[in-house]
Amino acid sequence: MAAGAASGGSATTDTYREARTWLLLPSWLILAGLSLIPVCLMLIYSFLTKEFRGGVIWDFSLAAYDQFFFDRGLFGDDPAQIEWTYIAIFWRSIWQASAATLLSLAIGFPTAYFIATRPERNRAIWVFLITIPYWVNLLIRTVSMKFLLRDQGPLNDMLIGIGLIDTPIHIVNTNFAVQLGLFYSYLPFMVLPIYAAVERYNFSLSEAAADLYASKFTTLRRILLPAVKPGVVAGCILVFVPSLGSFLAPDLLGGAKNFMIGSLIEEQFKGNAGNWPFGAAASMILLTIVLILLLIFARQQARAEKEAH
Amino acid sequence: MKTLFRTTALASLLSAMASAGSADGKVVVYHWFEYMPQELIEKFTAETGIEVVMDTYDSNESMLASLKAGGIGTYDVSVPGDYMVKIMAQEGLLDTIADGELANKGNIEAQWLDVAFDPNRQHSIPYQWGSTSFSVSRDAYDGDINTTDILFNPPAELSGKINVLDSQGEVMALASLHLGIPQCSTDRDQLKALNAMLDSAKGHWASFNSDTAKEVLVSGDAAAGMIFNGFSAKAREEGANVEYAYPTQGYIAWMDNVVLLKEAPNRDNALKFMDFLLEPENIAVLTNWTQYSAGISGVTPLLDEALAVLPEANPPATAGPAAFIEVCDEQTQAVYDQIWTNVKK
Repeated sequence: MAAGAASGGSATTDTYREARTWLLLPSWLILAGLSLIPVCLMLIYSFLTKEFRGGVIWDFSLAAYDQFFFDRGLFGDDPAQIEWTYIAIFWRSIWQASAATLLSLAIGFPTAYFIATRPERNRAIWVFLITIPYWVNLLIRTVSMKFLLRDQGPLNDMLIGIGLIDTPIHIVNTNFAVQLGLFYSYLPFMVLPIYAAVERYNFSLSEAAADLYASKFTTLRRILLPAVKPGVVAGCILVFVPSLGSFLAPDLLGGAKNFMIGSLIEEQFKGNAGNWPFGAAASMILLTIVLILLLIFARQQARAEKEAH
Repeated sequence: MKTLFRTTALASLLSAMASAGSADGKVVVYHWFEYMPQELIEKFTAETGIEVVMDTYDSNESMLASLKAGGIGTYDVSVPGDYMVKIMAQEGLLDTIADGELANKGNIEAQWLDVAFDPNRQHSIPYQWGSTSFSVSRDAYDGDINTTDILFNPPAELSGKINVLDSQGEVMALASLHLGIPQCSTDRDQLKALNAMLDSAKGHWASFNSDTAKEVLVSGDAAAGMIFNGFSAKAREEGANVEYAYPTQGYIAWMDNVVLLKEAPNRDNALKFMDFLLEPENIAVLTNWTQYSAGISGVTPLLDEALAVLPEANPPATAGPAAFIEVCDEQTQAVYDQIWTNVKK
């Protein structure tokens, strides 16, 4: 393999052309084995009949999708109406993930800009500092966050201590706590791509804009942002998608009072319900929504690039 | 691909040889995490020469899922809760213990011998039992706590500060006791009432948490919380000023049991393991460690004195009946699943 790669390197720009198939094979096997096959299995399971207490019966059925979209009452024999329960759960999750993404963007963009404008020898240290908290397991970070935020926690003690408030602010077990948790979990995914984009940005463009009497805000809006947009979009996707399926933050910080997409799906497999086809169907619907959102992003990106040329 | 198959075949051959080689010297136990003291495992090995190999799980449902997904034939025994024994028997996952196979079967206390979840103990023996209700912080509320109103229709002091277990079976069972209806009701008016009652009760609840049921009471995040009795005792030991309630409407009883699994690879050793756990002196070691209760006669004199007077383990005279979680049929369960979804939607 190594010999083939070395001898094929001279003629074309693709140094490893001859050995490409072999070199890529492990990646392809892993990709197919670990992501394509499970997704296909999920798709198949979502169209099977559920077995009581977990498992599937190999009979084709649309029951899982029917359950998702149609409400037949508590006993399943009322006339079918639109089922809002699961749509509401999806909507809540999308809303939470969006809020966390905006929060990450609001904090992450200035952070990335700050790092990218430091002297070159210091930037690595700043990036390193951003990643330090992420050496600790996500579960532990989320639990620690709860300890910080709770009614008798250090945050409230401090605010009361400096006389800003009299009674503790109730944060734990609210939606805001979930958003904070998601924001904290995924912030580096926002900072790092934006940092990479801003670092490549040619700052003489901003100087040129200033020379042409553009205000600082106009320079940001018309010159910097369009130039670093791919980094921003990548950051937003990297925060939004994992936030959407997350169940640690909603469970620990939000008190698990309301299902999120992640916990709804988990309950179908590990909980009392044991409805594997429904869990698979909910996963497929989530996957479809994410794919559609990504396609819209990609299209807008392509259109914007066309207009730019 | 060919290599892949060859490797797999080799691996399974090797593992087959490995298990054949040591089959007479071990018992494979599928157990809850941290539910058996090392001291007791060592005592068993010292007495019988049988090595204990242990795998652990964290819920009845995940144990069932893993056995259904191919774990049968790997393990000799596991330790399901009461209702799960019945489910596992229905699913055909349990082997039958014939009369006379367990020398110490006579040590099982009479009340735990012919139990509804395993009539005549055909598949199981008692491991530990206890109760589930709720505890209330005496710093937050000093009224009467021995009523399920604390959870489902709470006084103003507790409203919005209640943690409930994130577990459908336990919440539904206690809610049914509160309303005085059967657990697997098929009566539509009762089910609608249950649905409506839980819907309004939820407004008073702060969180659904099982793993941190004890911590939220110790930290003061919750002023009242659903909890197991042994857990509540531990919360009190850790400094929480909490009192465990035995509601007059009734409370949930549970019993964990050692079951003999179908196709147990070391069946004889599994039976020796069960006989070992039926000896009062052994189960006393376990009970002193877990702070729950044993179902074996002759254990009481061997228990720590503190355990005998532990308020969490000794229901007062006013306590209602203890109810085990019942196993509903598929159609009924579907309605309860729907109610649970309504609670958490």
